[in-house]
Order: sequence, then structure tokens, then C-alpha cells
Amino acid sequence: MGTVGAVNYLSLVLFLPLVGAILLAVVPGGARVHRNFALGISGATFLLSLRLWFDFDVHANGMQFVERFDWIQSLGIRYAIGVDGLSLMLILLTTFLSTIAILASFQSITERTRSYFACLLALETGMLGVFMAFDLFFFYVFWEVMLIPMALLIGIWGGKRRVYAAIKFFLYTMAGSVLMLVAIIAVVLIHRQATGSLTFDLFQLYGTPISRTAQMWLFAAFALAFAIKIPLFPFHTWLPDAHVEAPTAGSVILAGVLLKMGTYGYMRYCLPMFPEAVLFFAPLILGLAVIGIIYGALVAMVQPDLKKLVAYSSVSHMGFVMLGIFSLNFQGLQGGMIQMINHGLSTGALFLLVGMIYDRRHTREISEFGGLTRVMPVFSIFFMITTLSSIGLPGLNGFVGEFLVILGAFQTARPFAIVGAIGVILSAVYMLWMFQRVMFGEVTKEENRKLIDLSPREWAVMVPVLILIIWIGIHPKPFLKTSEVAVGDILKKYGTTEMGQVAR
Amino acid sequence: MTELVRLFGSLGINFSAIGPEVALLGAACVILLLDCFYKRNGGGHLLSIGLVGLGVAAWLALRVDPNLPITAYYDTVGADGFSRLIKVILCGITAVTFLMTAGYALRREVESAEYYALMLLATLGMMLMASGTDLIMIFLGLEISSISQYILAGFRHESPRSTEASLKYFILGAFATGFLLYGIALVYGATGTTNLMSLKIYTANVEKAPLLLMAGCALLLVGFGFKLSSVPFHMWTPDVYDGAPTPVTAFMAAASKVAGFAALTRILFVGFTGVQSGWGQILWVIAALTMTLGNIAALVQTRVKRMLAYSAIAHAGYLLVALVAGTEMGGIGIIYYLVAYALTNLGAFAIVSLLRNEDDEGLKLSNFAGLGFRRPWLGLLMALFMFSLAGIPPTAGFLGKFYIFSGAVEAGYIGLAVLGVINSVISVYYYLRVVVWLYMSPNIAGEDPLIGAAWPLRLTLALTAIGIIMFGVWPGPLVDLARRAILPLLS
Repeated sequence: MGTVGAVNYLSLVLFLPLVGAILLAVVPGGARVHRNFALGISGATFLLSLRLWFDFDVHANGMQFVERFDWIQSLGIRYAIGVDGLSLMLILLTTFLSTIAILASFQSITERTRSYFACLLALETGMLGVFMAFDLFFFYVFWEVMLIPMALLIGIWGGKRRVYAAIKFFLYTMAGSVLMLVAIIAVVLIHRQATGSLTFDLFQLYGTPISRTAQMWLFAAFALAFAIKIPLFPFHTWLPDAHVEAPTAGSVILAGVLLKMGTYGYMRYCLPMFPEAVLFFAPLILGLAVIGIIYGALVAMVQPDLKKLVAYSSVSHMGFVMLGIFSLNFQGLQGGMIQMINHGLSTGALFLLVGMIYDRRHTREISEFGGLTRVMPVFSIFFMITTLSSIGLPGLNGFVGEFLVILGAFQTARPFAIVGAIGVILSAVYMLWMFQRVMFGEVTKEENRKLIDLSPREWAVMVPVLILIIWIGIHPKPFLKTSEVAVGDILKKYGTTEMGQVAR
Repeated sequence: MTELVRLFGSLGINFSAIGPEVALLGAACVILLLDCFYKRNGGGHLLSIGLVGLGVAAWLALRVDPNLPITAYYDTVGADGFSRLIKVILCGITAVTFLMTAGYALRREVESAEYYALMLLATLGMMLMASGTDLIMIFLGLEISSISQYILAGFRHESPRSTEASLKYFILGAFATGFLLYGIALVYGATGTTNLMSLKIYTANVEKAPLLLMAGCALLLVGFGFKLSSVPFHMWTPDVYDGAPTPVTAFMAAASKVAGFAALTRILFVGFTGVQSGWGQILWVIAALTMTLGNIAALVQTRVKRMLAYSAIAHAGYLLVALVAGTEMGGIGIIYYLVAYALTNLGAFAIVSLLRNEDDEGLKLSNFAGLGFRRPWLGLLMALFMFSLAGIPPTAGFLGKFYIFSGAVEAGYIGLAVLGVINSVISVYYYLRVVVWLYMSPNIAGEDPLIGAAWPLRLTLALTAIGIIMFGVWPGPLVDLARRAILPLLS
């Protein structure tokens, strides 16, 4: 029982937001109280989660801060949570972005604040659960539970076609994940057949000998669930709808954290459990990943709507993460890992910035803007840093990830790496073109002349994100260090055990 | 006294085996008699007697030691762990239905001594279905419960819909009874017995099942197919569910299904276990059709009770999957799912029972528009019930589905399990549509179509919601009970 101190520390981090959400139902007062309360809870969760970062032993194998006890004894289902190199940064990203998202909704959400913040907090627990759980059943519960608050966020506080987007989001994700449920049951039963013990414990299931044919089917079921979540081309069609209709905070969480569940799922479940199937399907997945990179970039280029542009850029960027993971070598996986964090930060920041301009002008059409550098200088600088980070300018975080991914892919999947690299160029094209149209030139619209620059609250939202963007760009070592051991463990299954020195 | 016991024993009479049934009969008689001599406004006193009767019945059911099963009346009735659990569940369902009736918007139209008495008698019949160990006894139980329900369905005498429901249910039900009885006759013709234990021995030792037996078994499945509203024998369900008074619909959806599946489980797992390959294939097809058709038809419904009726058909399909699987996990799944499903439906129908009008416009889903913000608790609970029906964690509905599909995968029916989960995705669409009405639609102007919730109804909602969450988060105790109930049947 590896608990920190006397309390079950990890459970505290996991359930504090949920407790907050429940308390929010009874907290008296108006919108002001609700948002401050929610900010307090999520802020506290973030601070608590920081301790995981400091106490985490980067040299240790396996899970840390482990807590487990029997939940459904007869089925070998346990409440089992822990943190390892794969999940540590994602957990911190979740607590961090949730706090930012709540702070960012202070002004834009004025109606039904009680339910709104309760949804955001419940969502936070759902996401943390996905990253912390290492019992397959427990993981699945969180994976599904999280859909409800997210669908409500889109459906209640979203744009015009919000109901359509919410239902589409829910059905797409659910369609993928139910097959995963069957696969989970099958894996567990195969394990029982081999060893005689019924367990949903991931680390015991890692060692299950699964026949090649079974691996293929099981991998396909897991992969579909994760592919829809990422979303991998051609399962991406729910994403633009969900993003465009979601409120800003919803988009931030969706892009920042939810999509990562898919890529995390591949690293946590598919790669270690079904190595033969992974090797077999790798070319297919790599192909879809690079198609996604190019396709996402091309579609983003022609979007007239800022938010849709960022949404499609997500498809493109998540393709890079997949390219890295399925390179199946140290640089690739590490690159995929850090790219998840980068994407969370820079795309999250982009959505925040788009939300800020939307709050002022109530439009997101690129053609409605122009020359904003003159009226909103601070906003423009922040936007520029974020744009450059998204493109992958050296010195900012995006570069580290993309470089490692392409480096990894070059060793094992050269053709895919070459095509992927074209995507880097394309992303520069659409992002800079967008930036030019929105920011530079003369102010063409009268309405834009009187726009007010960022408020102190908006500074508070953006500055922490930008600090991280620059920090990872200049000094990625501490971040890369956390996942080294975990990534090495995965690769043992693939025979590439040497811990290649990571180029920086 | 001892003389009397010995005499009863020699005649096969053993009151401890049918204690709960006797208690319910007593309560029903008291209610009917009391109504002749003592008139009072409202049915509060009748309701209380009914609840007491149910409490006594549950207590008597619990007194049976599951490790020492009793059979009585020449092996036609068995009081074992399985019937004990089902009887307690049935008592709970009926009690909740009584509470629901007390908060029902159209309470005045249904409340009478006959209403409560018939409901108790229906429960009595269902208990016999659960404990019958002979096809004839199961048939008798089924008839007692069915006839009571035919009358109950038409209890809103003024409403043409209600009358239609009653008549339709009666005609089709009588038709189904014919099939069932014919099936029993054929089984008897083939084997010379209607006793399930004797059938078990017969089917275990027979090399190749005679055609007559399989024909009898098929007709039995047709008869039960009607009662459980499985495709293609489901036609009556939407009309009857729609027309019957809402608490009666809730009772039919919950209790009738529990009893029907309990009886069918016992018949198939005990009596026909030796010829599993025969009925397994038939049920496979019926299960697949039932799930798919129920869900697809539910997608387009605009009336809430019709939607729930088709959803009930779909849920019968999931339960049939567990029957097909026939493993221990599947058996646990049946009981777990029945409990989860009964709780959820009772809750959902309890909210529906608050609608002021049950004819024409009154049952449109649009009446729930904006309910989530107008009446936050009611909206939240309705959403919870919908998510439980859809099988989304952390509700009991999810765990029920999990057990059922685990059972199917365990038995090697992966295709059926995949079909089942795909179906549950389809179902999410129409359950989610209710949530859309609750939370994502403009509020209704004018009078609220739902009346205020009186305390018995609040109690109903609280009990069902707590049950759904509790069994969704802490399933251990119920799973253990279900396992102990189902294992003796499978051995």
C-alpha cells in the first residue's frame, strides 16, 4: 500500500473535484459564489497534484502512489489507481487545464452557473480517473462516465447546433467504447483460461499469452475506441462539430485533455498487451496518422472560422502523436508523449484566445478581423507565441515534440516520416496565414477599433500556459525524464530496449 | 396439532413453502372485505394494508433457508434460494408501485379496493411463477397474474386508450396462453411428465431429443415470448404500455418481466438443460431480433410511454442474451439486470405518472421540455434513469449489462455480445433525446404539465435512485445473493 502520508493522497486528488461538484449543488449564492467555489476546488486539486510531480521517482518502474482494494471481489475487480511515467504529466495537464478552463469561463458563462461548474468539476474527476486507473473495469467506468458531463457542457452551453454536436459526440465515442468493453471482457477471460485467476488488474493482464488471431481482434476493438477519441482519420468527423459548438472551456478541455485519452490508451493498453497485432497494424495506423496530418492541415487551411481552423489543426497535430507512438522506438514514443502535453497546452491556449476574441466580437469569422495588432497588442503577442508554438518553432514546446517524433519515425518508418514532415510545413502555412489575416494589415472593420485589450483575469489565464510553453521549449529535460522509464518498459516488448540518448 | 401437520404432510401440504403467497392472498381478501363494510375517502388505509401484506410476505419469504430448499404439493412448488430472492424482489416492486399510485396524477381514477387487491393477486401469481417447479404450477401462476393485469390495464374506465389496452392485452394474452398450454401438453406427451426435475432427468439421459419434445419446447418459448414481449410476439406491448394507467404500466414493465424471466430461467436451466443446443439456437435468434427491433422502433417514438415500451422490448432482448449464455455469469446477469431494470423503470414511470394528462398530447415527450431547470431534482433523476437504461456507469444498468455481456462472451457467444453492445449504442440515442428535452430545450410556457410530487412519490424516486446508484457502485452484496440463488439451478 504505497500511500503518501496517512491519507489516501491519490484518491483525494481524484475525488476532490467530484466532491466539489456535489457540494456545488447545495452551495448558496449566485454566479459569483459558484465560480469562485469551482475555481477554489480545481485550484486546490491542481496544488495537490503538484505534489505528485515532486514526489515522483523518475527511476522507478511501475506504478507509484498505488492504492487498491477489492471492489467486486467475485470478479476480481479492484479499485486500483496509481501514477507512472505515462500518466504523471497527463494528470498534471488535466488539473492545470481544468483550473484554467474554469477561470476562463468567468465572464462568458452567466446562466446556470451552478450546473456548469458542477459539470466541469465532474468532468475533471472523470478524466483523472481515466489516467489513474489501472484496473480495466475501473478504467472503463471512468472512460464512459466522463461522456455525460462533456455532452451536457456542449449541449447546454454550446452554440446554435449544440444538441446535434452533443449527441454526435456522445454516440461516436460510445460506439467505439462498447466494443472495447467486449474486448476487455474477452482479455480477462483469456487470462482466466491461461492462469485460472479472474482479474482486471492491468499489470497481471500484461503477461497474458494471447494467440495471434485473438490479438488482432482485441487490438482492433481497443484501437477503434481510442482512434475515435483521438480522433484518427477517418473517425474525426465528430470533432469539428463538438469543438465549434462547445463553450470555450469545453473546447479547451476537449482538445487539451480528452483527445489525449485516446493516445494514452494506445500507450497504456494496446502497445503492451497486443505486441504482435501492433506490429501487424502499425503500417495501417501510421498511414492513417499521416493522412490525418496532411488532411487536417489542408482542411484547416481553408476554414473561414477560427475555431474550426484550430479544431482541424488538432486532427493534424494528434496525427503526429500517433506517428511517434507507432514508430515503436524510444524517440518516437517520447516524442509522442511530450507532443501530447504540447498539444494540450498550445491548442488549449489557442481555444482560449479564440474564446477571448469571441467574447468581444461574438463572431469567429477570420474575415471579420484584421489589424488586431494595433488595437490589442498584448492579445496579439500572446496569440503569436501560441501560434509559433503550435507550428513548432525551435525554442518553444512544439518543436521538441515534433522533432522527436520525426526523428523516431525516420528510424523505423521513413516514408511516413517524410510525409509527416510535409505536415509541419503545412501547419506553418495555415497558422501563419491565419495570423496574418487576423492580426496584420489595416483595421478594416469599424467594430474592431474599439476592442479592449486583455483584462487582468485574461492575463491570469494566459500567462501560466505561456510560461509552460516556453519552459518546455527551452528545457524539456525534466518533462522527458518522467516518462523515460515507462516508455522503456513498453519497448521491452518490442526488443528495442536500449535507452537511446534523447537529442535535445 | 402434530396430527394435523402429519395429515398435511401426507397430502403434500406445506404452508412454509407458500407462506408469502398466503400472506398476499390474505391481504387482498382483507382489502376487499374492508371495502364492503368501511367506506372512506381516498385509499390510504387500503394502501397501508397492502404494504403490510407485502411486508409480511417478504418476511415470510426470507424465513426460508436457501440451503434447505423445500418442495411441497407433490413437487409442484419449491421454496429455494432462487424463488426466495425473486419473491422479495417482487414484493419490493409491488410496494414501490403502491407508493407510486399514491402520488399518481390520475389517482382518483384508479384508486379502489379492487385496484390494490388485483395488484396483490397479480403479485401472488408471479410468486407462484417464480417458485413453481412444475409446468402446470407455473402456468397457473402465469394465469393468475395475467388475468389480474388484463383488468388493471383497463382501470381508467373513462379512457378509450385504457380500455383498448385492456382488451388487446386480454385477447393476445389469451392467444399466447393457448400456445403455452399446447406446448406443455406436447412436452407431457413426449416425456410423460410436467415436473421440471423429472424433465431434467429425462433430457439428461436421452440420446436425441424427440421431435415432439422440441416442438413442445418451441411452443413454450412462443407463449413466454408473448409474456416477455420478445420479437416477433411483441406487438401488444406499445399499445398496452401506452394505454394502461402509468403505475400499472410500471408494474407490468417491472414485476411481470421479473416473474416471466424467473419462470423461464427455471424451466430452461432445470427442465430443458439437456437440450440446450435446441432452444439455444432459437433463443439466439429471438434475442438478436428483440434487441434490434426494440431499439430501432424506440428511436422514432414521440410518446414517452411508447418509447419506454419499445425500450422494454429491447431490454427483454438483453435478458434473453443472458439466457442463451446459460453460464453462471449469465445467470447472475439475469437477476442483476432484472433488479436494475425494475428499479430504473419504476423510477422513470414514477416521473411519467406525474403527467396531468395521459391521453393524446399528454404523453408527448415534449412535455418534459426544460424540466431539468424548472424542477432540478426531477430533471436530474429522470436523467439518471435514462442513463441507467442506457447502461452508462456508474448506474446499476451498466453493471447489469456488463454481467450479461460477460456471460455471453464467457459462453462463446461473442457475436451476440457484439450485437448487444451495438444495440446499446443505438439505444443511447433515444435515451439521450429525453435528456435533450430535459436540459437543452426551451422551457414550456404556461402550466407545468407535471403535477407536484407528493411524499409517497418522492419516496419512490428516492428509493429507486438510491438503489440504482448503490447497485451501480457497490454491487458485491447483490451479486453474492444472485450467485447463491442461481447456482443450484445450474448444477
